[in-house]
Amino acid sequence: MSPYAALLKREMTLAFRQKSELIQPLVFFVLVITLFPLGVGPSPDILQRIGPGVIWVAAILSSLLGMERLFRDDFQHGWLEQLALSDASMTGLLMLKVLSHWLVSFVPLVIISPLLALLLNLTEPMYWALMATLALGTPLVSLVGAIAVGLTVGLNRGGVLLALLLIPLFIPLLIFATSAIESAAMQLPYGPQIAIIAALLLTTLALSPFAINYAVKVSLH
Amino acid sequence: MWKWLHPYAKPERAYQLCHTLLPWFATVAVVSLIIGTVWGLVFAPADYQQGDSFRIIYIHVPSAILSMGAYVAMAIAAAVGMIWQWRTAYMTMIAIAPVGAVMTFIALFTGAAWGKPMWGAWWVWDARLTSELILLFLYLGVMALYAAFDDKLQAGKAAGVMAVVGVVNVPIIHYSVEWWNTLHQGATISKFGKPSIAPEMLWPLLINLLGFAAFVGAISLMRLRNEIVQRELHRPWVADLVANSNARAEKE
Amino acid sequence: MMRFDSFSEFVAMGGYGFFVWLSFGVTFVVMLLLVVDSFYGQRRVLQKAKQEIERKQRILAARRAAAKESQA
Repeated sequence: MSPYAALLKREMTLAFRQKSELIQPLVFFVLVITLFPLGVGPSPDILQRIGPGVIWVAAILSSLLGMERLFRDDFQHGWLEQLALSDASMTGLLMLKVLSHWLVSFVPLVIISPLLALLLNLTEPMYWALMATLALGTPLVSLVGAIAVGLTVGLNRGGVLLALLLIPLFIPLLIFATSAIESAAMQLPYGPQIAIIAALLLTTLALSPFAINYAVKVSLH
Repeated sequence: MWKWLHPYAKPERAYQLCHTLLPWFATVAVVSLIIGTVWGLVFAPADYQQGDSFRIIYIHVPSAILSMGAYVAMAIAAAVGMIWQWRTAYMTMIAIAPVGAVMTFIALFTGAAWGKPMWGAWWVWDARLTSELILLFLYLGVMALYAAFDDKLQAGKAAGVMAVVGVVNVPIIHYSVEWWNTLHQGATISKFGKPSIAPEMLWPLLINLLGFAAFVGAISLMRLRNEIVQRELHRPWVADLVANSNARAEKE
Repeated sequence: MMRFDSFSEFVAMGGYGFFVWLSFGVTFVVMLLLVVDSFYGQRRVLQKAKQEIERKQRILAARRAAAKESQA
């Protein structure tokens, strides 16, 4: 088995053994969304109006909760140092870790989003736009998040710092994603917004591997 | 071409350079800030639409320009540190950060105080105000990350990554926010060919811009000097420095 | 030439006095604070360097004394 396949298998096995860590951000995501109807009132119009923004903000916040898991345990157990010493490309291995993080923390979130779209009274076109933005936007969250996690993994008090570093960087994503869903609500084409998110994702995909690799090396010293 | 620059990577030389440049920057800053501000407040004509409230422009625009300029300077310092492994470049980066954050705060505050009489609200979610606010968060992130590490070389590298990532994102954030909502008036002095502002209003603005730039330079030099000494505490040249400053203090 | 006929007109700034003076006031206070902080930082850093040097000298002196004692 190639080292990459072995790493992917290990990541998946580990993730499904720690089920609580997998489920907690998801529960948090649902909880935050249930708070909004209680906070702003149950009027379907208002919920439909704020729905796209609420879902995306909740997705970003819940992703911050699980983000540390990306490198923390492996850093503390010295596994990242082992990876750095292996023959395989460090960048490739780290990208695989990011991929597996995306698979276990964001794919479930995309899957349960129809339920939340129902709760917030989103129409069907809005739902498809939501799916498209989540599918393209969450890998971006994982990639950018991995840079910041790589930098803060050696610190004991990384949690709030991670939010401070990452939230400003997610603003363009939030703007284009919610705007796509709002266009869908008005029966307008939302292709341009999706294209911009895809462009952001591709640029990040091209540049972030170096940044993630450098960030982890800084933490490893 | 780069040969003349290299000696300044050495902290001692960088310290001496700061020492030589500081008085010049400080003088230019004080003189231009006084001239520009007095000219702007007393002698410049009032705007025919906005009356005297437009005089806030003489601090708002320079601080806004410098807030972005300082961010770019900080990111360049970080990139230099990463590429050529200069410790002094990271020190420069962290010396600029608080100055840039203060410029951003000034731009935000004066923007709010200008917006209240013009738009009727202290804060509106206008494109430029919002991107300026995000810029402040980016500065705070770099400073917080630097402060979180005990090993300051590691801190410099980590904060440097964030500074570079931030500078890549600043245009994206800016255009996304602009696209999202715009209410702010167009740029005042970006069109130098045909400025949308009368010359007698423009001159004090340019002088104040020079003043703010020199101020940012002077404070950054001062903070860089402190940072160098702080990090080089155990070197002989710092001991000489302390001995000299003691001797001077006794003479006075 | 001056744009204001009297000092009170200058202070009023055509009715926008509060906003204009608030902006200029806060700006220069914040800039002054930054200057003071940087000056204070310089003093703090030199103080620290001085303490460090004195500590080193004390350690050296103590070592010399210990060396003398062991010889005796």
